[in-house]
Amino acid sequence: MAAASDLQFALEDISRDFRRAHPSADIRIVYGSSGNFYTQIRGQAPFDLFLSADVDYPRRLAREGLALPESLFTYAVGRIVVWAPSGSPLDPGLGMGALEAPSVRHVAIANPQHAPYGRAAVAAMKSTGVYGRVAGKLVLGENAAQALQFVQSGAAEVGIVPLALAVAPSVRGQGRYWEVPLDAYPAIEQGGAILARARGLRLALDLRNYLASPAAGDRLKQYGFFPPQDRARQEAH
Amino acid sequence: MDWQAIWLSVRLAFCTTAILLLVGVPLAGWLAFSPRRWRFLVEAAVALPLVLPPTVLGFYVLLAIGPRSPVGALYGRLTGGMLPFSFQGLLIASALYSLPFAVQPVSGAFQAVDRKLIEASWCLGVSRFATFRRVIVPLARPGIATGAILSFAHTMGEFGVVLMVGGNISGVTRTVSISIYDQVQALRYDAALETSLFLLGFSFVVLALTYALQRRIWTAWPSN
Repeated sequence: MAAASDLQFALEDISRDFRRAHPSADIRIVYGSSGNFYTQIRGQAPFDLFLSADVDYPRRLAREGLALPESLFTYAVGRIVVWAPSGSPLDPGLGMGALEAPSVRHVAIANPQHAPYGRAAVAAMKSTGVYGRVAGKLVLGENAAQALQFVQSGAAEVGIVPLALAVAPSVRGQGRYWEVPLDAYPAIEQGGAILARARGLRLALDLRNYLASPAAGDRLKQYGFFPPQDRARQEAH
Repeated sequence: MDWQAIWLSVRLAFCTTAILLLVGVPLAGWLAFSPRRWRFLVEAAVALPLVLPPTVLGFYVLLAIGPRSPVGALYGRLTGGMLPFSFQGLLIASALYSLPFAVQPVSGAFQAVDRKLIEASWCLGVSRFATFRRVIVPLARPGIATGAILSFAHTMGEFGVVLMVGGNISGVTRTVSISIYDQVQALRYDAALETSLFLLGFSFVVLALTYALQRRIWTAWPSN
């Protein structure tokens, strides 16, 4: 299974739960950037299941005949937060306004050119009207984890990072964060698909269905992801 | 084509090469001629940037020059600026990253200089420093040129270190290899190919010219 690296902590628990029901299952998970996986899968990488941080990649693979179209699914909606280290004089409670503080010289985000969380960060800055004043302070991490590292190292004073990272066991307690409201940016739909050349089709299907189940959704919630149906319900309101 | 990124990489490569010549040649001289027994320790330390993967090296450079480190704090007090996400920061990281590529060929060339010529110079009353400057360095020129060429080429293609220290700011830290990587990540393979081909072509021309010049110096030397 190829999985987006923001799933690292959540999948640990989820795959443990899944193995309890399928003791003979031999699941190996490779974590990495969804874009890189997309390129590798187009180069015949031997994965059975692909969990992308952006549903767009599996969609493309399905269109290209490399993923099974009927297996396409969204398993979570990602959220972004404004994050500052615990020792920072900055109050992330100011929300997007924190980015404009004069003491903030650098704002770290993931590269919006190819990282979905970076695109969401830019969209949120634009919709809240701070983008014009913050654009000159932006530093881009290759991925969301690197954007967080920029802030952890003190090189950037504040960052917009996935909630999943802010609540990750190794990060929790190191900083304070403010959740960017969901309506400030387009939904970060995390989706996946079973690949056309999957060899463990049966198991891949079971795992895919388990990931879409409420039990897995609860786990994902603990790790900063919202189930896709929550989003749908919110929009219906 | 991202000309800004290309120009930035060229500037970075030239400045890194210049710094490494200033630092690397004396260091290589010391490594080649020092009578100290523990100089093998320095030799090993100089080779260390080869061991760590570039992104790992970059991560620790980021911590080492960040505002919370002594180096970063001192720099902040002196200049009011910050090393990460700046050209100066990239320069420090690049010089560190390419150090073995500059020092090792030069040190090798120094060691290969005929000991008799050096001793003859000393016997004629020429000081150690003047001997180094007027006998050893000219004889080791091909090695110094190799060190400079390797530093330049290595910095042109540098990726992992810049990725970690640079922050991808256009015109400041978005070098050509970062730009190509971004294009690949954004699935713009054509643009990436175009920039890559340009980078290869440009680097080939610079390297070929340098090697050609060096060859002329080399063969012309004995007749001087």
